[in-house]
Amino acid sequence: MRSLDILRYTTSSIVGYRARSLLLLFAMAIGVASVILLTSLGEGARRYVTGEFSALGTHLLIILPGRSETTGGAPPLLGETPRDLNLDDALSLERIRQIRRIAPIAVGSAPVSWQGRERESMVLGTTADFLALRQLRMAQGRFLPAMDPHRSAPICILGSRVRKELFGSQSALGQWLRIGDRRFRVVGTLGSEGRSIGVDLQDVVIVPVASAQALFDTPSLFRILAEARTAADIPTAKAAVARAIRDRHEGEDDVTVITQDAVIATFNRIFRALTLTVAGIAAISLAVAGILIMNVMLVAVSQRTAEIGLLKALGATQHRILLLFLTEAGLLSLAGATIGLGLGSGAAWMVGEFYPALPMTPPSWAVFAALGTALSIGLVFGVLPARRAAALDPVIALAGR
Amino acid sequence: MICLRSACRDYLMGTQTVHALDGVDLDVEAGEYVAITGPSGSGKSTLLHIIGLLDRLSQGSYELDGDDVTHLSDDELALVRCETIGFVFQFFHLVPRLSAAANVELPLILGGIAAGEREERVQAVLQSFGLADRADHRPDQLSGGQRQRVAIARAMVTKPAILLADEPTGNLDRSSGKEVIHILETLNSDGLTLLVVTHDPELSARANRRLHIVDGAITKDERGAG
Ligand SMILES: Nc1ncnc2c1ncn2[C@@H]1O[C@H](COP(=O)(O)OP(=O)(O)OP(=O)(O)O)[C@@H](O)[C@H]1O
Ligand SMILES: [Mg+2]
Repeated sequence: MRSLDILRYTTSSIVGYRARSLLLLFAMAIGVASVILLTSLGEGARRYVTGEFSALGTHLLIILPGRSETTGGAPPLLGETPRDLNLDDALSLERIRQIRRIAPIAVGSAPVSWQGRERESMVLGTTADFLALRQLRMAQGRFLPAMDPHRSAPICILGSRVRKELFGSQSALGQWLRIGDRRFRVVGTLGSEGRSIGVDLQDVVIVPVASAQALFDTPSLFRILAEARTAADIPTAKAAVARAIRDRHEGEDDVTVITQDAVIATFNRIFRALTLTVAGIAAISLAVAGILIMNVMLVAVSQRTAEIGLLKALGATQHRILLLFLTEAGLLSLAGATIGLGLGSGAAWMVGEFYPALPMTPPSWAVFAALGTALSIGLVFGVLPARRAAALDPVIALAGR
Repeated sequence: MICLRSACRDYLMGTQTVHALDGVDLDVEAGEYVAITGPSGSGKSTLLHIIGLLDRLSQGSYELDGDDVTHLSDDELALVRCETIGFVFQFFHLVPRLSAAANVELPLILGGIAAGEREERVQAVLQSFGLADRADHRPDQLSGGQRQRVAIARAMVTKPAILLADEPTGNLDRSSGKEVIHILETLNSDGLTLLVVTHDPELSARANRRLHIVDGAITKDERGAG
């Protein structure tokens, strides 16, 4: 029997038993579609989050006050509060050879008003290098000038949304506005692409770091951003930063230095695990589809005993009957998987349309895994019915009408 | 061509053994026309299944065309069946979802014949059984006589040396039955070895040789016109 004929024959029985075939296709399609959709969601979330972190800049180190407990040392003594980071801590990092530039960050929230319009806004105090470090683009005007970080100056840069809400279509450049109880002149506005985890730069007002500290009446910093010269410098830079701060803090390790790669790698791991988990859960529905296939194929075998007996009387070997039934199960699951692939990708595409920020393409490994699993499940669960068919005694099969 | 010696076929029914065939000795020459009669349950179908290699002997031996087929493997039996034996059944056993032509084509497909040749042979055999205009009909769109003719066409399309028919007219009215018998006899007169199981004395009388079976044993073996 030629393979084309085997295909034709099995197709005729798939088409001939329409209700049964549709049921199987449906079960398989749902299983595969859910695997595809769920892995797309997981992958989308992973790419979204790591993308957000990459958007922070390159070779970034983030220095936070307070020690994280991840190193597993002795817990801090009762009552020990971490020392805050201050501007001099930040400036001391500029002397580290592996560090290209730094930006101290002080943040707070304050009412921002101009000509009777007022909104509460996040105010971010930093220095000139913040622009390059965060790879931001100016829409208009200029950024903070390079100047002594200890000096305050009554100038500010507006995030695009703040600008729009306060000034609408009017030009903001050169205007004086009020932040808290102080007056600042707008020297520039940011482009609208700046977004990142935690802080949406479209919603901030940027002022010199000393001005922010004066405004919120605190000498401490929210965090320090530092950029290593090259990717290879990151570990040395991290150690050097920790050492420099320890020296300034009387030997206390009271800051946490996170590197961007470490954060991204962690998120990658978390989301991979998450994606695998949901894919595994979805794969259960594939297994259910497999059991359904076995069930329906067993029914098919008993429905078609006369046909099987006839094929044997006409000279079909056991091997051939086995092959016919396996092909049928395989074809059905493959077709179901293909439909499921279409459904799943379609659904993923629709989710992507509603949430454009999520990159919703199914990962290729998931596509192959889903198709492969579907096919092998179809074959594995098809073996038992196929063997039963092959083992049928032709005499009994022909008699048992 | 067919040579059975002390052929026995036992069925185990619980603790009891049923001797469906009980020491049958039988020689059939090529081109013979044999009618097999006997009461219900006497072992006629069993004998036909044994000769058609659908079933195996419990004891005794079976030579087909001089070759001992008693101990062939299932796959070897399937091959011999495919090449030398045709079956016609009381209940036609056509595949309901396939057209007449596709049903007739089945044994050729199983035999791995190329599509072009298959087409020709199917057309030729349908033509010779007067079914050319029914080629695309499904079995449920055919009369009983037509169905049995399709079944004969299917049995004959591989050009077997032996045709085994188990009550081929059992499910047909008189005139369709006559028609079917006429076809079978024509095939026999062209050299086909024909074994027909029947309950119809009129029909068995037409054969050159009549076997009567009772309780799995041949009790009568007559030759010549009945
Ligand atoms: N698969 C089987 N299992 C057990 N016993 C069987 C089986 N097949 C046939 N028999 C028994 O073997 C004997 C012969 O059966 P067989 O079918 O050959 O009879 P038959 O002469 O063809 O009868 P009928 O004229 O009714 O078709 C019967 O007693 C039957 O009950
Ligand atoms: Mg019978």
